[in-house]
Amino acid sequence: MGILHAVLVAPFVDIASNPRFLAEVLIGGVAAGLMYSLVALGFVLIFKASGVFNFAQGVMVLFAALNLVGLIDLGVPVLAALVLTMAIMVALAFAIERVVLRPLVNQEHIILFMATIGLNFFLEGFGEMVWGANVKKLDVGIPDRSFLVSGIQMNQLELIAAVTAGILVAVLAVFFQRTRIGRALRAVADDHEAALSIGIPLKTIWVVVWSVAGLVAIVAGIMWGAKSGVQFSLSLIALKSLPVLILGGFTSIPGAIVGGLIIGVGEKIGEVYWGPLVGGAIENWFAYVVALAFLVFRPQGLFGERIIERV
Amino acid sequence: MTDAPAARPLLEVDGISVAFGAVQALQRVSMEVGRGEIVAIIGPNGAGKTSLINVVSGFYHPYEGRILFDGQNRTDFKPYDVAALGIARTFQNVALFKGMTVLDNIMTGRLLKMRGSFVLDALYVGPAKRQELAHRAFVEKIIDFLEIQAIRKTLAARLPYGLQKRVELARALAAEPDLLLLDEPMAGMNIEEKEDMCRFILDVHDEFGTTIALVEHDMSVVMDISDRVVVLDYGRKIAEGTPDEVRKDPAVIDAYLGVPHE
Repeated sequence: MGILHAVLVAPFVDIASNPRFLAEVLIGGVAAGLMYSLVALGFVLIFKASGVFNFAQGVMVLFAALNLVGLIDLGVPVLAALVLTMAIMVALAFAIERVVLRPLVNQEHIILFMATIGLNFFLEGFGEMVWGANVKKLDVGIPDRSFLVSGIQMNQLELIAAVTAGILVAVLAVFFQRTRIGRALRAVADDHEAALSIGIPLKTIWVVVWSVAGLVAIVAGIMWGAKSGVQFSLSLIALKSLPVLILGGFTSIPGAIVGGLIIGVGEKIGEVYWGPLVGGAIENWFAYVVALAFLVFRPQGLFGERIIERV
Repeated sequence: MTDAPAARPLLEVDGISVAFGAVQALQRVSMEVGRGEIVAIIGPNGAGKTSLINVVSGFYHPYEGRILFDGQNRTDFKPYDVAALGIARTFQNVALFKGMTVLDNIMTGRLLKMRGSFVLDALYVGPAKRQELAHRAFVEKIIDFLEIQAIRKTLAARLPYGLQKRVELARALAAEPDLLLLDEPMAGMNIEEKEDMCRFILDVHDEFGTTIALVEHDMSVVMDISDRVVVLDYGRKIAEGTPDEVRKDPAVIDAYLGVPHE
């Protein structure tokens, strides 16, 4: 009885007794969730347009942040460093298309996946070679300051991250649904051969989509880098965005956002209210347990395309 | 029935050979498709018919020979360049965008005709909106023409096979091609669907004046709708002529009845 009370009743009493604190936990969860979403977005974009699960997305976030920090440390003004980093990510997209994707066109997805594992190690090594392996502090002029709004504590950095993620998602959703390029992207994702036959140049589409994924990686890199410093463990947040993808569905941009929010809010609430019961660290495994449940009961995720097997 | 040939044929295939490793898929095959013609390419399984279509549409490249389209050498063109020239195709095993609706599928056929900027497209204002509406109107015309109004909003993956083939034809037509390549448009269909497809092909030809080259395994279906027939066997052209000439050709009869080769 004691256990049941501790698990099923006491935490809810806690929640109800201090709504202001709950609001803070929720805001913290939403902010963390949107950060996961930003990384997940990069995965979704590439998966949507080429059917490839890009193992290197986490490292692309790190790589973008490393370049930005490195350039700023060299004395380049923040804005110029940002533009240069964008140029680097676009150049990277061109290089990936030329060296990795083009020779592997029409190969099995698993082969492209293996190629992105290779890309992962290359980028990690290359970044370390150029910029060194030390933890660096990223300061792009967004103050990591907290303030109170009607008694609820808020963090400026988290707010800006949330707003940025929101805008990014809106822009990408419109881009995919409304523009001619967006329709071409969806066509390429669906069937390479058919897309070629109606005159869509695969090369261009891939460069576009990897560039966009690179730009999303910059945004994610800035937010994560500003929060926890630019270090090589940054690439591991990709692991945290995997459950987000499973929840949201690999092909859905809104799914990446909603999935991120569920994971972010869920793990914060779990940690704060249920954590003490098991000695904490719920935050570390909550996402994976949710993902596991989804794999069993709804493998296509919340917004993914339904899997129809023809027999 | 053949129109008076213009100065040059629209498509000239000149002595092309294609090999996959040791397998000779095509050996010095030559053929022509004149403007406004319907030409059928027939032959038994593995004769090289699909390879020929794939070469013309830029998916394969021959190691010898040339392809001229409208008098220009197009041998080394990539599939999307070929599409931009005004050649549209369908596939033997239906290559629709399965996760998109029928309407979206057909709209992709118009992509090459669309112009404009990201920003205007995204905001859906001014020229972008007019453009989208104009293309949509053309697509609706094709939808009416091929009698697929009722499935406009259906996901392509949910359609029965015969209808998928029809939607694929619609997508090819949406590009307003000068030359339409159909790879086994009637494969896997029942008699009724085959007759429908024959009627659509003839209607397309009459209505849009499209030049059509079609590959077919089943000889009887194409004889009634083609101006000329090219027969392939083991990667070689063994006969060419009007349906009646081809029907009587001993080499063709041998190929279809399976007389052993020397």
